[in-house]
Amino acid sequence: MDNNKNWIDQRFPLTKVWNEHLAEYYTPRNFNFWYFFGSLAILVLVIQILTGVFLTMHFKPDAALAFASVEYIMRDVDWGWLIRYIHSTGASAFFVVIYLHMYRGLLYGSYKAPRELIWILGMVLYIALMAEAFMGYVLPWGQMSYWGAKVIINLFGSFPVIGDILLEFILGDYAVGDPALNRFFSLHVIALPLILVVLVFLHIVALHTVGSNNPDGVEIKKNKDADGIPKDGIPFHPYYSVKDIVGVVVFLMIFTSIVFFAPALGGYFLEAPNFVEANPLKTPDHIAPLWYLTPFYSVLRAIPPMFGSQLPGVLAMFAALLILVALPWLDRSKVKSIRYRSWPYKVALAIFVVTFIVLGWLGMQAVTPLYSLMAQIFTALYFAFFILMPWFTSIGETKPVPERTTEH
Amino acid sequence: MSEQEIDLKKRRFLTGATSVVGAVGVGFVLVPFLSSWMPSARAKAAGAPVDVDITKLEEGQLVRVLWRKKPVWIFRRDKTVLANLPTLDAELVDPNNTEDQQPEYARNPHRSINPEIAVMIGICTHLGCSPTYRPEVGAADLGGDAWKGGFYCPCHGSKFDLAGRVYAGVPAPINLAIPPYHFVTDSLIRIGIDPKAS
Repeated sequence: MDNNKNWIDQRFPLTKVWNEHLAEYYTPRNFNFWYFFGSLAILVLVIQILTGVFLTMHFKPDAALAFASVEYIMRDVDWGWLIRYIHSTGASAFFVVIYLHMYRGLLYGSYKAPRELIWILGMVLYIALMAEAFMGYVLPWGQMSYWGAKVIINLFGSFPVIGDILLEFILGDYAVGDPALNRFFSLHVIALPLILVVLVFLHIVALHTVGSNNPDGVEIKKNKDADGIPKDGIPFHPYYSVKDIVGVVVFLMIFTSIVFFAPALGGYFLEAPNFVEANPLKTPDHIAPLWYLTPFYSVLRAIPPMFGSQLPGVLAMFAALLILVALPWLDRSKVKSIRYRSWPYKVALAIFVVTFIVLGWLGMQAVTPLYSLMAQIFTALYFAFFILMPWFTSIGETKPVPERTTEH
Repeated sequence: MSEQEIDLKKRRFLTGATSVVGAVGVGFVLVPFLSSWMPSARAKAAGAPVDVDITKLEEGQLVRVLWRKKPVWIFRRDKTVLANLPTLDAELVDPNNTEDQQPEYARNPHRSINPEIAVMIGICTHLGCSPTYRPEVGAADLGGDAWKGGFYCPCHGSKFDLAGRVYAGVPAPINLAIPPYHFVTDSLIRIGIDPKAS
């Protein structure tokens, strides 16, 4: 056994990688509930890739055949319904996990120096994931696939001068049709998954270079024992690998309950109009993207057209996404964790969470004057969180940060 | 060979020159890949003009045809509808067609070649949904007596009159587009080609 290991180690750094990233990767000992979601995101990525491989074996990326091939998977392929429902539930589960993962970052200041690059890589991952999910939703070629695609792609048509050409470039046609479906399939199953896997790799390499943050926001590398091991660190394996497995079990209990008992989750995970084949001549009564895109959709709808163009709304939507990247530089607070932050930050974060949820809810509703006004107010609050951040993170009294991680 | 001094300037120039030539090469190689995303010859052929016979089109009736995969509406308007159009001007964003949403020959109050026959692309200028035809005057859900017939977009609530002009205060920023078209005969419309081109 040892001989085999040596043989490999002389040719490939197996033991070295194992030790650096698992057995001797020292992780803060005070991780809590919020630290489950990083490993769960990797679990969901693996689930999506595996189920995706099997769905691709039966799916036809052709506007004339796509809808029927999904019905075929659901009805005629042995266990096809299960594989598809795991994949469709996995898409929403991915965003649940990612949103909680990002919220953890906000709670404990995980984006602050020296972890800015981890945060930026994470944001690129998040945007790539949105593109992946959007294109995946187009593939079944139902009414929502078609009209949702149309609404989102038409956003690019609002750019002045290049708009029309850009649309033809994206669609490969004068409207959403077979060429768009075909290329979205290619991007959904090849290009974006590859990009996602590479980005996850970079995200983890960056994380393991600086080490994990923790609920106290204390840098454990500042307190090392005689052997150079952080006093507040414990090896990732077996301590956190075992802890994460508990998280995996609980997650899978909830996940499989949805897959088996409520795969559409009342229209939140799969929308009813998508069980009808795409029809370019008939718009569904109400078009809304899936829940994970609706906060940004609300921002888009909140900004009225100006100068005969809807460009301002489109720009606001992209700005709402991109402003997240600037977070590490907008936050001027000296402390990382919410535990030691001043009260203005706590209030602002609470308002931001409510804002994000309300915008998400509004994005699913049909437009009424009241809802439009609400969307405008909450869009203003959304941007206020970021624009005012340099101010409210530098006022108020912060609590003293302990030298070492604390026991709770 | 005698020891030569390393000429760093020359080395930097050669590295730079190689990079630039390489980048130009990458630029050229990109062209076929990016071009492959543009509409193919088949897609362009499918975007060919469409002929519509309107002999049997009755007053108030609307037919939909597909041109370049977009719904095109052709409907016949009666005298009352045409008389109502100017009365709506105050409620509209662009009653006089200042935006380039129609060919020059349709830049008139009724936005068509023949006042009775309206031809327009049935795609909301907000985000591309297809509005519903609501010709009934005084529809209760669309503002009652003020409603003189028109189109209502179910996606985000945009409203248009029966010349495809957008009402103020709705998400859609501009009037519905009028495609290029002409009358081949009095009862045959060809969508996709301007009158003078034929």
